[in-house]
Amino acid sequence: MFYSIKELVKQAQDYPSVAALMVATEAQNTGRSEPAIRSLMARNLDVMADSIAQGIAGVKSVTGLTGGDAKRLDQYLDAGTSYLGPIALAAVRNAVAVNEVNAKMGLICATPTAGSAGVVAGTLMAVREPFHLTREQQVDFLFTAGAFGLVIANNAGIAGAEGGCQAEVGSASAMAAAALVQARGGDADQAAQAAAISIANLMGLVCDPVAGLVEVPCVKRNAMGAAQALTSADMALAGMRSVIPPDEVIAAMDAVGKQMPSAFRETAEGGLAATPTGRHIQKRIFGD
Amino acid sequence: MAKELRFNSVFDIIGPVMVGPSSSHTAGAARIGKVVREIFGDEPDRVDIYLYESFAKTYRGHGTDIALVGGLLGMGPDDARLPDSLKIAHERGIKVTFVPKSDKVDHPNTAKIALQKGARAMTVTGVSIGGGNIQISEINGFKLSLSMGTPTFITVHQDVPGMIARATDLMSENGVNIGTMTVTREAKGEKAIMIMECDERRPDLVAKLKALPNVDNATYFE
Repeated sequence: MFYSIKELVKQAQDYPSVAALMVATEAQNTGRSEPAIRSLMARNLDVMADSIAQGIAGVKSVTGLTGGDAKRLDQYLDAGTSYLGPIALAAVRNAVAVNEVNAKMGLICATPTAGSAGVVAGTLMAVREPFHLTREQQVDFLFTAGAFGLVIANNAGIAGAEGGCQAEVGSASAMAAAALVQARGGDADQAAQAAAISIANLMGLVCDPVAGLVEVPCVKRNAMGAAQALTSADMALAGMRSVIPPDEVIAAMDAVGKQMPSAFRETAEGGLAATPTGRHIQKRIFGD
Repeated sequence: MAKELRFNSVFDIIGPVMVGPSSSHTAGAARIGKVVREIFGDEPDRVDIYLYESFAKTYRGHGTDIALVGGLLGMGPDDARLPDSLKIAHERGIKVTFVPKSDKVDHPNTAKIALQKGARAMTVTGVSIGGGNIQISEINGFKLSLSMGTPTFITVHQDVPGMIARATDLMSENGVNIGTMTVTREAKGEKAIMIMECDERRPDLVAKLKALPNVDNATYFE
């Protein structure tokens, strides 16, 4: 088992990839066979793909606050007039799709949480065709993301109620960035740099759900987390490094989460939730 | 010696597959409800659910109430019937109340569940620590820290001499190593609870534990 990014990068040297290290570690920790572990992960991959397809087809949340935007983005992508390139915009569209399905109480794969489930799934499904990722490479993408996520979760946290949105979308974006780097042949250290840059970029992000619902601003924050993951992955693949070592960046995120007032930790008492419109929406839905 | 980790498996991070919208407030809550139901070992006829901090403030928006009750009915976080749990509980004649509390607790996503069936009563406190992962932090007023990552046996039994020896003998005979063990009781000679966190996955032993004299209920989860 690896307890820090430093250990993760070091241990990965003995394996073909971070994903292979993660599968071997999981087998050791749980006693499950490697094929069984890979097949469990393949099921998660299928749930991710299904949730994206469902979201793009068009859904509406229980409250009506969100839904239909993945479909809009899909049409806009087809028009070919966007600032973002087709891969980045597809990642944004996919991330929105997953979180719209989540908001309507549909089936999703929490990665690392439900509120941030669009980031890793969204980026993976955007790059798998353009870069010809095989099914095994797609499963590896999730193991790489999971390996970095485990270290972040154990050294900081992944609950918005504990550490704000930086712990959810921030962690997800770091996981996706690391996996994107490995998917293009970047090494474990480059993946670690991408993760560190992502966390640093999203440091301090508050969790301020309007009416306490995982809808506003969560759906759009996932889109941002996906775009940010691509940005950090490209920076790391270009050879850029985080000046602050990855483990210190994670420790800083943990400290920021602990210093954050409870109004910004999923209580719906700060940020967008506390705006006049946010309050009005809460009153309309719950009557108080 | 391995460090104590909150998250041990890659599937704590990539997963669970679940009904939305919140892993901590919906999936975690369903898991808490399900584990509490397993510890209680029976369908309760009355449940009072005390919600703290983030759970107290946002439980309706996240379906925390729906998920806790779904779990108490035995549903998992990916059960499509989850959204209808309150109605199902009502149809089965289970009286459910929710009490949002303003007290400070150790973790922001905390639910204390008081269950009753006839004269039997139990309280269990569950904590949702993120990504759908949970811990049990209290049973009948006894503080403990139970992660769901390890194979765990829980018995509710009569507080009479020899109970611990019988249970540990059973584990020993079956080659099961006990990592940590907690034994607590309501009062001398009354109900006691024994929790054994083990290294081996042996759900088959729960029936043997249940068959021991003076054991009211035994459960296993991992």
